[in-house]
Amino acid sequence: MKLTGGQIVCESLLREGVDVVFGIPGGAILPLYQTMSSYPQIRHILTRHEEGASMAADGYARATGKVGVCMATSGPGATNLVTGIATAQMDSVPMVIITGQVAREGIGKDAFQEVDMTGITLPVTKHNYLVMRAEDIATAIKEAFYIANTGRPGPVLVDIPKDVFTEEAEFVYPETVDLPGYKPVLDGHPTQIRKAAQLINEAKKPLILAGHGVIISRAYDELVELAEKAQIPVITTLLGRSAFPDAHVLFVGMPGMHGLAYASLAIDEADLVIALGMRFDDRITGKVSGFAQNAKVIHVDIDPAEIDKNVHADVPIVGDLARVLRQLNPSVEPTTHPEWLRRIEELKSEHPSLHIRQTEKLLPQQVVRDLCDVTDGRALIVTGVGQHQMWAAQHYACKEANSFITSGGLGSMGYEVPAAMGAQVGQPDRVVWSIAGDGGFQMTMSELATIAENNLPVKFAIFNNGFLGMVRQWQEIFYNKDYFSTHYTGNPDFVKLAEAFGIRGIRVTERSQSVDAIREAMAHPGPVVVDFVVEEEENVYPMIPAGQTTAELMEEPLVEEARS
Amino acid sequence: MQDKPGVLNRVASMFRRRGFNISSLAVGHSETLGFSRMTFVVDGDDAIVDQVTKQLYKLIDVVKVSDISKEDVVIRELALIKVRTTPTTRPEVLQMVDIFRSNIVDVSPDSVIIEVTGDEDKVDSLLRILRPFGIREVMRTGRVGLMRGMSKSLALDNGQS
Repeated sequence: MKLTGGQIVCESLLREGVDVVFGIPGGAILPLYQTMSSYPQIRHILTRHEEGASMAADGYARATGKVGVCMATSGPGATNLVTGIATAQMDSVPMVIITGQVAREGIGKDAFQEVDMTGITLPVTKHNYLVMRAEDIATAIKEAFYIANTGRPGPVLVDIPKDVFTEEAEFVYPETVDLPGYKPVLDGHPTQIRKAAQLINEAKKPLILAGHGVIISRAYDELVELAEKAQIPVITTLLGRSAFPDAHVLFVGMPGMHGLAYASLAIDEADLVIALGMRFDDRITGKVSGFAQNAKVIHVDIDPAEIDKNVHADVPIVGDLARVLRQLNPSVEPTTHPEWLRRIEELKSEHPSLHIRQTEKLLPQQVVRDLCDVTDGRALIVTGVGQHQMWAAQHYACKEANSFITSGGLGSMGYEVPAAMGAQVGQPDRVVWSIAGDGGFQMTMSELATIAENNLPVKFAIFNNGFLGMVRQWQEIFYNKDYFSTHYTGNPDFVKLAEAFGIRGIRVTERSQSVDAIREAMAHPGPVVVDFVVEEEENVYPMIPAGQTTAELMEEPLVEEARS
Repeated sequence: MQDKPGVLNRVASMFRRRGFNISSLAVGHSETLGFSRMTFVVDGDDAIVDQVTKQLYKLIDVVKVSDISKEDVVIRELALIKVRTTPTTRPEVLQMVDIFRSNIVDVSPDSVIIEVTGDEDKVDSLLRILRPFGIREVMRTGRVGLMRGMSKSLALDNGQS
């Protein structure tokens, strides 16, 4: 059966189980869009900016575990996707991006809206394609989905010239892929598993450092089993938040630059760090030579290139985390480490990092705590990047797995609006709270129109301090309070702004209003923007300055109140 | 690696992005249709070579990577050297060409082009010796290599890593 290139794209998407795509049409991709109009099975969500489309696809993918799909036209449409693509690449998010390209004869001629998209995205995609013949589209899309969602997931871009969408070709969707250079290792090597078990069984002060890999691999039960069997305390990375239940007695917290002091200090004292599906980001390690100095390291990751990249692994295991843990757990002897667990309790009481000082002021930490209380810790949290992100990571105690979606690696401000939108599309029945900064929110708030248009009941909590808060904090600490270019003196009225989009807006200026406002937002069936006008110059503590060790750890100045 | 458009760019881009220094790179068709073979020289210790290898494997089009620097290998480089000659210096240049078992591939009234094949030291030595005569242009291919014998062959049909 002969189909046009556009039909082949749509048929291929259907075979990959795609039911929603985010995007914006334009000249080069129009033939595909005009074909898609006769494919009602594929819901197209028209975003207001292509960055909104790529970040919505990212949020959708993280919330569902399925491949997120976004589309844009050539040139500026395609380049606007790039921040969202890079975000997905850094955080291992499965995504397929379909971009229109100028017609074949225009390529290389600086044609109108031409940009070398495969060149631009080379370093920020797992792989990419420029498909020059309609007969190659099906294979490219088949491979794109396979590559995006196997091994270490990531974004794959498929760039298709305008006239290839209209060219006809025989459509046969391939059953399998032929990729001799791509064979992800799934099972851990038995010798390495044995060595890891031995280290765990011999350890006196073992510590599990769990990352995003737990969520991607859905290794929740296996992780709990390992932790409980050998009574090993668990710390998680930022992207590992909600990989292990916060309420679990073995849960310690998130270490690192703005991690909880006792979680960072526990790494210092551990004699074995069991790193599961994480990549030793500099925000976790600080100065690498000072990281986990007393510990041997077991490092499990599906990406061999992560082994020994930043931190040397005494026992490296390459494989899919859930499978590796199922191999490993039977060899781990049931035991407990009462002294070590007691020591961690001691660290917790010596360093009460989650203490919030008593004040009448509207503290952002308290707002996160209120959100957690009212939602019973069961909301799907999506954050932006900065202070509010760190307060959310510290204070929102997740009860459900995969409930904390955030741009970790790239740290993309503005992520909070479109990613929350995508997450809500993927999880229509879950309560989605976007914890937003006033800075990031203004980068992508045009997506409020998309949210209103599709009546997506996302709840936004804007942590409005009138500053690029994290940058201001660095200026305060490292640049003698020179608040150059971080103070917003002309922020919009976010309540009126929301109302202009047809969205309920609520303002909170007093500590006493917070809980009621959150309840009101939850009771409203549609989207809501709550403008929390929080304390302007609040800092995120604890803090370990970039490239330092726990020796430089700074704690909340008023923490004495909690110690007494 | 698979012989596809842009694959050289993928490899080169990875080297650049991750800050690996390559001093030479040569690429051409392999014995198997649809696959190319690339030889490159990277400066770095074992840890860097390990990372380079792993990062190369992350490229979808890369099928097999081997560090041949510690293996029993044949390594060759080809260079074309254009040297200024006069009637008086030409015999001396020709003598050097003989000693180095290289060839004259072009002669013009005031210069010759020499083709030399060998390991990097040999090419370097010849260049050093020719320098006093006046080297006009040099084009070097960069090193290419193959492992000796069959046991550790990099042949693609022996299965992938």
